[in-house]
Amino acid sequence: MTTTTLAAPKEQSCQTLLASGHTACTGCGEALAAKLVLGAAGPNIIVTDATGCLEVFTTRFPQSSWEVPFIHSLFENSAAVASGVEVALKALGRQNEAKVIAQGGDGGTADIGLQALSGMLERGHDILYVCYDNEAYMNTGVQRSGLTPFDCMTTTSPCGELSWGNKHNKKDMPSIAAAHGIPYVATASVAFPKDIENKVKKALSITGPKYMQIHSPCPLGWRSNPQLTIKVAKLAVQTGLYPVFEMENGKVTKVRKITTPKTPVEEYLKIQGRFAHLFKSPKGKEEIQKIQEIADRNIEKYGLA
Amino acid sequence: MSTTFIEGSIAVAKTVAVSRPHVISAYPITPQTHIVEHLSELVANGELKSEFVNVESEHSAASVVLGSSATGARTYTATTSQGFLLMIEVLFNIAGMRLPVVMTCVNRAVSAPINIWNDQQDSMTARDSGWIQLYAEDNQEASDMHLQAFKIAENKDIMLPVMVCMDGFVLTHSFDPVELISQEQVDKFLPPFKPEYYLTPKNPLTFGTLVGPDGYMETRYFIEKTMHASLQVISDVAADFHNQFGRFQGGLIDTYKVEDASLVLVAMGSIIGTIKDIVDELRAKGQKVGVLKVRSYRPFPKDEIYKALNHVKEIAVLEKAVSLGYGGILVNEIKSVFYGKPKTPKINGFILGLGGRDITVDTIHQTIKETVKASSEEKFIGLNEALIGGK
Repeated sequence: MTTTTLAAPKEQSCQTLLASGHTACTGCGEALAAKLVLGAAGPNIIVTDATGCLEVFTTRFPQSSWEVPFIHSLFENSAAVASGVEVALKALGRQNEAKVIAQGGDGGTADIGLQALSGMLERGHDILYVCYDNEAYMNTGVQRSGLTPFDCMTTTSPCGELSWGNKHNKKDMPSIAAAHGIPYVATASVAFPKDIENKVKKALSITGPKYMQIHSPCPLGWRSNPQLTIKVAKLAVQTGLYPVFEMENGKVTKVRKITTPKTPVEEYLKIQGRFAHLFKSPKGKEEIQKIQEIADRNIEKYGLA
Repeated sequence: MSTTFIEGSIAVAKTVAVSRPHVISAYPITPQTHIVEHLSELVANGELKSEFVNVESEHSAASVVLGSSATGARTYTATTSQGFLLMIEVLFNIAGMRLPVVMTCVNRAVSAPINIWNDQQDSMTARDSGWIQLYAEDNQEASDMHLQAFKIAENKDIMLPVMVCMDGFVLTHSFDPVELISQEQVDKFLPPFKPEYYLTPKNPLTFGTLVGPDGYMETRYFIEKTMHASLQVISDVAADFHNQFGRFQGGLIDTYKVEDASLVLVAMGSIIGTIKDIVDELRAKGQKVGVLKVRSYRPFPKDEIYKALNHVKEIAVLEKAVSLGYGGILVNEIKSVFYGKPKTPKINGFILGLGGRDITVDTIHQTIKETVKASSEEKFIGLNEALIGGK
């Protein structure tokens, strides 16, 4: 924490601006992703955050893990608060003092915060918006969000006689963001830390609104082994289920290729309890095939192979 | 200072402009007023150096000013009715973070049924939000009150947001002679905003933390304590304003012919002007009637009200809001002023003017007659008998 008695261990690769001692679960992908984002951005930033795990595990009064100026307001307004910060810096002639980074989870970004985010992107604020995508409302008890993947089991999309879990496909947030005509959109994964750092640095070098979505496994909600967070994240990318790419001015300009031959989606699904129901009956095979088709479409659409 | 015949909204906009807000944000929910339209015009013409942020909802309008205020900027927003209701989540947040945002609530009815006309149900729903709420009687006061609002909010011992409530249409869309204050005079009255704590990498602070059962209650205790402290600050700022500009519209309350009155009407907002006329009329006939204006509704000035009314035999409270399932809101707070005191006057409450229903001289005469004849009770006044199926 930021108290003087507990110094955060310094890392070689990047500056630690999210101090250790916070209360994230073991193997939390979001904590790792946030640390990487801050490390790449450096100390001259002001960050906002939506309500969610990140704010809960880093700011329990009277302690804070944030070694940069930080404001959390509500669930749905991180982008609007960041807009206020950015215009205030301009109005006060302090625009060179800090870059502004807005943060939110997948629910705070793609569902309840989508309107505020759309406004921020449309108005052209010089802000990097980072969505830590752990594919459900983890802080509130693993309910489905607009970024929960197809057939995934959550506490509000359980499997049952009539259900294989989440009925809907993951919302295509990067395309929605890009449709606002913004200069830079990127996806990333905690499996590839250097890639996150590079993308954050690149995004912050561009003036205007930027959107970044980082796949961040949640061992609690995904019912995966906390030791396997990086492996799980890597498999999401390798199977094609989580395409990692950059979009500049609306066009895909760079993708992370998957290794060939492609990894079947079973490899990714079977190590997570949230997909365990798919392996319990022969009919589950058909569902797994549908998920394979989602991966194959991604591979084709983004040219991942 | 110059007197101009001007629309209420424009007078407020011009006063906000000379208060030098760094950031203004607004959204035109059903419907916006000319206040923010005129401010955006001033920005577009280069007459006002502010960032004007057109947002996609009232929720974001409040969130933008929240972010700006936390960054150290003087901020302003305005809303009304449904927009106000949409903002409420953020209003609590702004107060909880002790951000001295100033906003205008143009008082209008809330839906359903949809109705854009004046009453005070909107702002009354946020009376417990931690915002200081001031109610203006006329356009001169509404205009002046904004200048006072910034000074109260930004006082380093207060640091709470202030809401200036002004009646929709009755004030905002009416033309009145208003003395506008010059930039030079404002600069003498209102110092630049220099908050102790704000978002900057030079001193990284965490705003909006998670506070558990071990600390949350104290945040409310401090706001409550500050609300009490603000009673003095609101009075002082009104006195400062009086000294510099020669105008006094009341501090926490204002009274008119109350000193020797046996019956006093209590109300908030533009209805006060109409009541004053009636008081004059009745005084001419020898009736000892007066009026008390509640100018500061939050904090609620119990002591001042008691001091002003403790000699009175009868009180009629007239209000443009209702707590459905309970009745009048202000009337019950006025009743609580007398709880445990040696003498309690008869206090009657009247709910009137909802959804823009005309409040005529006759309506107010009726409240006085009812108060004189009836025992303590509360009722709607001015109902259309044809719509409620007779008496």
